[in-house]
Amino acid sequence: MAYLELSGVSKSYGSGASRTPVLDRISLAMDKGEFVAIVGYSGSGKTTLMSLIAGLIEPDSGGIIFNGREVNGPSPDRGLVFQNYSLLPWLTVEGNVRLAVDRLYGSESACRRRERVRDAVSMVNLTPALAKRPRELSGGMRQRTSVARTLAMNPSLLLLDEPLSALDALTRAVIQDQILDIWRAQHQTIILITNDVDEALYMADRIIPLTMGPGATFGPETKVELPRPRDRKALNHDPVYKRLRHDIIAFLLNERRQRGSGSSQNSVKPSPPSVRPRDITSRGFGWFTRKAPAPTSSHEAVL
Amino acid sequence: MSHPLIDPSLASEPVATPRRRWSVSAVAHTLEKLGLGFFAPFIRLAAGDNPQEQLREIILSVVLPILAIAAFMAAWSTAATRVHSESMKIPSPAQTWSAWLGILEFAKGEAEKEKAFYARMEKLAEKSDAEAVAARADLAASPADAGIKARLQKALDASASYRAKPYVGPPTFFDQIQTSLITIAVGFSLATVIAVPIGILCGLSRAFNMAVNPLIQIFKPVSPLAWLPIVFVFVTALYHPAPDEKFFTRALLISAGTVTLCSLWPTLINTAVGVASIDPDHMNVAKVLKLSWMQRLWKIVLPSALPLMFTGMRLSLGVGWMVLIAADMLAQNPGLGKFIWDTFQNGSNKSMAEIVCAVFAIGIIGFLLDRLMLVLQRFVSFEEGKSI
Repeated sequence: MAYLELSGVSKSYGSGASRTPVLDRISLAMDKGEFVAIVGYSGSGKTTLMSLIAGLIEPDSGGIIFNGREVNGPSPDRGLVFQNYSLLPWLTVEGNVRLAVDRLYGSESACRRRERVRDAVSMVNLTPALAKRPRELSGGMRQRTSVARTLAMNPSLLLLDEPLSALDALTRAVIQDQILDIWRAQHQTIILITNDVDEALYMADRIIPLTMGPGATFGPETKVELPRPRDRKALNHDPVYKRLRHDIIAFLLNERRQRGSGSSQNSVKPSPPSVRPRDITSRGFGWFTRKAPAPTSSHEAVL
Repeated sequence: MSHPLIDPSLASEPVATPRRRWSVSAVAHTLEKLGLGFFAPFIRLAAGDNPQEQLREIILSVVLPILAIAAFMAAWSTAATRVHSESMKIPSPAQTWSAWLGILEFAKGEAEKEKAFYARMEKLAEKSDAEAVAARADLAASPADAGIKARLQKALDASASYRAKPYVGPPTFFDQIQTSLITIAVGFSLATVIAVPIGILCGLSRAFNMAVNPLIQIFKPVSPLAWLPIVFVFVTALYHPAPDEKFFTRALLISAGTVTLCSLWPTLINTAVGVASIDPDHMNVAKVLKLSWMQRLWKIVLPSALPLMFTGMRLSLGVGWMVLIAADMLAQNPGLGKFIWDTFQNGSNKSMAEIVCAVFAIGIIGFLLDRLMLVLQRFVSFEEGKSI
């Protein structure tokens, strides 16, 4: 039996005529220690999916079984890292992490708990910023604090909800490697939600595209059989990587063309695709230039 | 020979400047945080920090207000010569100033009288002490004499009563300010103690909010003058102070109660809004951590509502101070309001000038109270600026 199993999970928001299906019969099975990335357009219901697995909301139909038990509420062993960090602005880095530690390990001695906080913070290399408040931190440091808070709970399933999408390319690369290091050391099961196909290919064992909403469902999954540890620079010239990348992006673009070609049924906010179409045509692009801002209008030309 | 493209002033910049400038800006920042921002450009100017910009700042924040005050003084002087009724006229700034000096003089005289009174009482007490000592000596000689015992007791009682006797003089302007400050402190504390919990409940529970909202909306705009008789009935019915109670008199409680009823609304509403508008992400954090209800309240809800709560309290204190003057007048609580009313009724040729002094005192104290709350508000706010 799978470690995490979603069977026929559907979720809609609203009621009556304004009822909008968000997720439609999603099924997924994951083994322990697996790293799965889910890619899709913004607004396709990725965060809803994460909230369902985390237990923050309940599915309309279908069920989620984690570690042999049905998910019916949040639990610390399913650690969720929020897209927008969700740090408490009046607490320091230490205070934010301590909130989680005190909640979970309240019975331990104060000394041991402080150690746990320090360990979690040092895991994301933030020890020098222990006494800082979120507003004094950069976006990357905030997200690392958020990761530290989640890691301090020792979750066996780590849910990363677009944790890096608000960060610049350099910071992304650093935190991606930190997450991979932690995963290698602690063997959590990880679900990463992202809109960045390269990030998914670099980090995950398996990539599942989410079709465009409303009523999103999973597209055909892709196994990433690239040896680990993966080398960013080498990957760019790896033929397997290039093929996988091309396939996934082609699927996503095709999705968009079918679902979103000016039809009014598409109630998803008309945001540009987060996967930059420019990437398909560019050849031999470097890692660090990936994030160059594409003008919003240019992707229309490509499509 | 300096290169034409290099600004020679850059080369002559002293090396120590960056460190000093940091501390200067820290001092300036602290002043701004304390609500004394208009001093900041002077300090920056003294430190030689971009003189032109600082001068412009000084003109904006100091020179222009002084000009406005001068214009106001001119208008006031003109009005003073023209506006008058049969018995009263608007005092000129000079008359007001001399009235202020008179108030100071009176307070000083009272302080001296009080000192003299206590010195006199102390002298009488010492005399009784001496009698007591003598009586004690006599008692040692003949321990069973009831007459000597009575004499000793009388001397001791007299000494104690001289020392306990308070000075009863007319209240000075500063006594009245003190009474007003005590009244607003009592009224405002009471308002906060009532408004914050109700506000939190309103913010947390939609049902509770819907239930009490009509009451809040109806009572919020009620004038202090309308509340006063109701508070009067409550206080006289429920509060029976000892006849010699000096501090919590009925008048003070009536005045404070009126302040409470008028000033609790801004705190209540802002607290409710602060609690209700908590970031849903923060609530998600609480859900993921499975915090208990009390933990959510203490660790997430209250800290995040604190800045708005303090905004409300600041507004409340402002409303309370305004209400207090009217309440003092009607409740005959010996504060600034009563001072104004009594002085107005008194109708001597100095009265109007003294009232104008009181107006300024009320304004300045209100401003200082507001600044105090502003500083507190900035200390609890986590979004804005760096903490000191």
